[in-house]
Amino acid sequence: MTRKQRRLYFVLLGMLALGAAVALVLTAISDSLVYFYSPTDIVSQRIPEGRRMRVGGLVEADSVKKDGKTVTFKVTDITNALNVTYAGILPDLFREGQGVVVEGRMEKDGLFHAAEVLAKHDENYMPKEVADALKKSGQWNDGKKK
Amino acid sequence: MHRFANPARFLRLAKVILPYSSGTAVLSLCLGLWFALAASPADYQQGDSVRIMYVHVPAAWMGMFCYVAMAAFSAMALIWKHPLADLLAKATAPVGAAFTFLCLVTGSLWGKPMWGTWWAWDARLTSMLILLFLYLGYMALIDAFDDPERGHKAAAILALVGAVNVPVIKWSVDWWNTLHQPASVVKMGGPAIDSSMLIPLLLMALGFKAYWVSILILRGRAEIAAQKIRVIRMAQIHAASRGE
Repeated sequence: MTRKQRRLYFVLLGMLALGAAVALVLTAISDSLVYFYSPTDIVSQRIPEGRRMRVGGLVEADSVKKDGKTVTFKVTDITNALNVTYAGILPDLFREGQGVVVEGRMEKDGLFHAAEVLAKHDENYMPKEVADALKKSGQWNDGKKK
Repeated sequence: MHRFANPARFLRLAKVILPYSSGTAVLSLCLGLWFALAASPADYQQGDSVRIMYVHVPAAWMGMFCYVAMAAFSAMALIWKHPLADLLAKATAPVGAAFTFLCLVTGSLWGKPMWGTWWAWDARLTSMLILLFLYLGYMALIDAFDDPERGHKAAAILALVGAVNVPVIKWSVDWWNTLHQPASVVKMGGPAIDSSMLIPLLLMALGFKAYWVSILILRGRAEIAAQKIRVIRMAQIHAASRGE
């Protein structure tokens, strides 16, 4: 084995070992790498009141109610839904059926008090005419593919 | 590949390629920008804000592409001791850092109107920020030694170690839930982007890549010249000290 070959195997082996180590670490801390929890996580894990966290899902259709400055709506992952109340400026993309991430706390009244509402958008890009045509022909999937 | 490791051959090849790469960069960037800013349609959901994508996405690709190139050059330098590979890795780093920075800035400007925030510590954004720090660390480390040989070696090892971050960036949006949306172009089942928007995006990406080739040639030439000057200076110093 020449020195060049030895160096080649050393680098390849090193990269492999490093990659494996990083993969193991990332798998181990996967839970803290997620940006938000789903409403199902909240329901099943019984997260204590008063802990600040982020919850993500879709704004349930016909659930948005505005009362002065306060907005209440439901964030759903189809299986479970979470009642959210928020007082503040909503992002432009906020609407029913849209993906959102809310950051705040569960309070004793059973409502999730959001301090911040962020809108998520999906990976589909198209002109308005194409979107309209898709809706007309019934091929629109409403962003509910998850 | 080994045939091109010779600096003289690189210089000859560079002379041939440079006009083409520069021409391609200018042409496709002009055409791409015209499409991106004027001729392409607004998005059904995001309106005209979607035009940030035509800079943001190719810049992000370049950030990762330059890093892979830098790591590959570094590996060649470590394994086969090609003198040129070190210089090309060094020449790529600032380009990659600049595009990564551009990606982070445009992403922030896009995030505010669309998501409602300038920054979020989600996996995609954080791993991209780490990429910028890796570039900065590489550039600082390579010049931190009096002996350039040692600087090149240390920086090459850093570049290789940091390479594990690239797949993390690419698949962060699939492995964990993030505020950033999943991939639109390079994904299973074909691009989720209308062709009237995909074409300007690819034009911009081509323009950025051609720009990198041109810059690599210019900076590679400068690095080769700088190394020659160093060798001559060293020889003069040795001659002078022997003459006394």
